[in-house]
Amino acid sequence: MATLTIEPTPQLSNDEILRYSRHLIMPEVAMEGQLKLKQAKVLCIGAGGLGTPLALYLAAAGVGTLGIVDFDVVDFTNLQRQVIHDTDDVGRPKLESARDTIHDINPNVEVIPYETHLTSENALDIIKDYDIVADGTDNFPTRYLVNDACVLLGKPNVYGSIFRFEGQASVFYAQKGPCYRCLYPEAPPPGLVPSCAEGGVLGVLPGIVGSIQALETIKLILGKGKPLIGRLLLFDALNLKFRELKLRKNPECPVCGPHPTVTELIDYEQFCGIRGEEYFPDTKVPEITAKELKQMMDEKKPFVLVDVREPHEYQICRIDGAKLIPLGDLPKRMHELNSADNLVVHCRMGARSARAVEFLMKSGFKKIHNLKGGVLAWAHDVDPSMPRY
Amino acid sequence: MAVKVVIPTPLRQYTGKKDSVEIDARTVGEALAGLTSQFGDLRKHLFNEEGNLRSFVNVYVNDEDIRFLQKSQTPVNENDVISIVPSIAGGFSIRCICT
Repeated sequence: MATLTIEPTPQLSNDEILRYSRHLIMPEVAMEGQLKLKQAKVLCIGAGGLGTPLALYLAAAGVGTLGIVDFDVVDFTNLQRQVIHDTDDVGRPKLESARDTIHDINPNVEVIPYETHLTSENALDIIKDYDIVADGTDNFPTRYLVNDACVLLGKPNVYGSIFRFEGQASVFYAQKGPCYRCLYPEAPPPGLVPSCAEGGVLGVLPGIVGSIQALETIKLILGKGKPLIGRLLLFDALNLKFRELKLRKNPECPVCGPHPTVTELIDYEQFCGIRGEEYFPDTKVPEITAKELKQMMDEKKPFVLVDVREPHEYQICRIDGAKLIPLGDLPKRMHELNSADNLVVHCRMGARSARAVEFLMKSGFKKIHNLKGGVLAWAHDVDPSMPRY
Repeated sequence: MAVKVVIPTPLRQYTGKKDSVEIDARTVGEALAGLTSQFGDLRKHLFNEEGNLRSFVNVYVNDEDIRFLQKSQTPVNENDVISIVPSIAGGFSIRCICT
């Protein structure tokens, strides 16, 4: 049983009673539970894929105060999964768009926007006023920051994470069970999280995982049911399988263990190894701009253009004449390239192709350049008719 | 004796897209060794240079974390399921250790 002590407020208006009637007639919620929801303060970190169902369902359910931390602006690529934002919202701050949608659904909810990055400087101050934190972040530094801040403040952290077709969910509540660091003591180091790892996500997936987070949040508020504390829920959308693993408190956990070494918030980008040049491995390889490449083409200079994206990306758009060799195939297909040729290598944004150039240079290729900014730069600077993705 | 090893989405590209692999093994260590000898590209995603499991990759036998059992010495029996569970985060993951 969860044990949040949220005091009921005096009463609901007649309009609220009608609005929440399907809750009120359930003994597990009833008037007492609905008043707890109204009194509750939940902080959503992020108004994106996971933040969408979180905010929508918590608002509809009657959670009285919703804080939302986000600094982003709605763009077209968000709309496939972030259904809290409309096509008309593209270009608006996500906070404004989310607040409007929430108020359309339930004007009784007080939305408190924080248009900022969550940082080690502001996290404790923002989180301290809330009962529960729902973490919908998409990056490791913020996830460890949220975890540590929640442990230090004694708040439950309703966690969700997604990748392509796979999701994870749990409730990290150090007073009752393990925290995220008990599960994963360290983040993947920087060399293992290059920018090429944009794996994509099926739009429905965050809807499912974020809804599970909303459900767990509501259960914690109500103090009903068995919360997802000490359990890691794994969801495989492709095979439609839910599995559950046991999470144990790590007795050596640096933040929630009996002898913590992390007693205040630290530098999480440094902790996750994301700092300065390390993050941009492409700064060392020779580069060429999209305009320079176009000029080479116009002047009919001899060169070979190599596209190291995946075949499904090649189908979306391509630069005429490019030879497709996906980065992962490069070692075994290197013989198809001639080191006597001038080579220009590109991908979507320039990071994967920088690795390809680095690899080929180590293999003896000298006349080689990376297309700076990839096909996105080509679409922006040379061929505006090319679709972007 | 064959145990099933469940491969998470980010690592399926190194197992010929298989979502699970049957391996003959008596311990978790044997199973992972068998797995990485069959799929060599997987090795660096699971183990560091010292040959230890990476700290952002957890391994479970059925629903128990091997860190709280006997680690790589944890025995496995027929019909046990070994799960590899890496940390995942939106656009970032361990899927891309390309070269």
